[in-house]
Amino acid sequence: MSLLEVRDLHVNYGAISVLHGVSLRVAPGEIVTLIGANGAGKSTTLRTLSGLVRARAGTVVFDGKPIANLPPHEIVRLGLGHVPEGRMIFANLTVHENLQMGAYLQHDRTAIAREFDYVFSLFPRLKERERQIAGTLSGGEQQMLAIGRALMGRPRFLMLDEPSLGIAPLLVKAIFQKITEINRERGITVLLVEQNANLALEVAHRGYVMETGRILLENDSATLRADPQVRSAYLGG
Amino acid sequence: MTEFLQQLLNGLSLGAIYALIALGYTMVYGVLRFINFAHSDVFMLGAFAGYYLAPIVARVFPSGSVAGAVVVLLSAMAICAVIGVTIEYLAYRPLRRRPRLTVLITAIGVSLLIEFTSQHRLVFGPSPRTFPQLLDARTLDIGGVAIGTTQIVVFVLTAVLLAGLTFVVQSTKVGTAMRAVSFNEQAAALMGVNINRIISFTFALGSALAGAGGVLFAMSYTKIEPLMGVQTGLKAFVAAVLGGIGNLPGAALGGIVLGVVETFAGGVQGLSNYRDGIAFAVLILILLFRPAGLLGRAQVEKV
Repeated sequence: MSLLEVRDLHVNYGAISVLHGVSLRVAPGEIVTLIGANGAGKSTTLRTLSGLVRARAGTVVFDGKPIANLPPHEIVRLGLGHVPEGRMIFANLTVHENLQMGAYLQHDRTAIAREFDYVFSLFPRLKERERQIAGTLSGGEQQMLAIGRALMGRPRFLMLDEPSLGIAPLLVKAIFQKITEINRERGITVLLVEQNANLALEVAHRGYVMETGRILLENDSATLRADPQVRSAYLGG
Repeated sequence: MTEFLQQLLNGLSLGAIYALIALGYTMVYGVLRFINFAHSDVFMLGAFAGYYLAPIVARVFPSGSVAGAVVVLLSAMAICAVIGVTIEYLAYRPLRRRPRLTVLITAIGVSLLIEFTSQHRLVFGPSPRTFPQLLDARTLDIGGVAIGTTQIVVFVLTAVLLAGLTFVVQSTKVGTAMRAVSFNEQAAALMGVNINRIISFTFALGSALAGAGGVLFAMSYTKIEPLMGVQTGLKAFVAAVLGGIGNLPGAALGGIVLGVVETFAGGVQGLSNYRDGIAFAVLILILLFRPAGLLGRAQVEKV
């Protein structure tokens, strides 16, 4: 039984086909990573799943419900959170307001307060900066905020797009640790897109390798890390 | 000195009305990045709504009472909110994914449509009408400065509306969502925000303020006609740019500045015929030195 099942997804940008037949599945409780070179279509895949980009063909089934081409706000409602590439925090709002926006669909005040506590326990730095305008945060803090904001919506399934991008290496380690923590303690299923394949395969249970708009390989992380083809192309030998 | 204070007062009351209209331009620009040229006509429709509502309200509330004026104002605002939402739904929403220029030209078309339909003799007709007196006209003399009761009420109501808007935008959930949408529509959608609903809300809010501006303008200057929005709307648009388009406090400040400058220019012997020219010259000067407007921040347009 998979939580997310993508079958033969096709996406065009104008006349150009960027995804030609992507299929993947994610079981509940898993961390699955999608690795591949720049321009392979990893971000487009996530953006299609969350409804930001329309699919030309193919099906996406989330928790037994077809969701392909629903508007993004209805997909979020089903429990599918997306931390987009480039973080896309609301730089004009305070840290607190950003997190509030994450809980936009939540109406139970005590539950919202609990999520605030959880996010602040995960990232104490955000608590210190709660009343600060989010645009003044460092790159790493903004990434924490983007993840925290997505968690405020209490997702069952969390998609993360390049969480390591533009962040100091020390912080990257910490953030990946948090991702494992979120998965283990909260039981949130994770789909992780990452250029840093080494790191991604360390935390993920399984992985897909993407190349120019299609899935090239699929296997558990240990096998992918040992695969000579993957090693030479993505793991730096 | 009294002359100066008198002009300042007149300038402030004109500026307050510009501010109300300018806020609508700037709010719509904030979420959709285009200038809603039909906004000035919503202002005109607000004045006409007040014109037709006043006799009805006068049957219930004693004529000349502040309560009656407030009821006329609130009803005109509600009507304008509906008109604004309808314009967006029918004219702009179908063009959401089209180039911005298409929407801009459509906005000009909607504006002309409203203006010329209103001038038809079966609608309002082209000739000016006298706006009914909503308040007992009395003038207070404070140290030589004449303040009309209407002027005071216009001030107080504008202040209340600005405070209300600030509260909605800064402290409510829908206001936070508005700011989020204006910063990054996609990210807001990923939070579960229904973008269309926020855009409708923005139009409702901006149009209600323009409607209020229409009623208050009509109360102050007593003559209304279908093209009254052209000049005033243009000034309010200038005020929005002056303050920094997309910036709410900027729109309010820009309106006040423009109203005051225009009134002072009009009060100088030999210059009064050039008052609009002077107002626009000030705009050009300010934009030369602060291209993003008084409170706007220079932004790099993403291509």
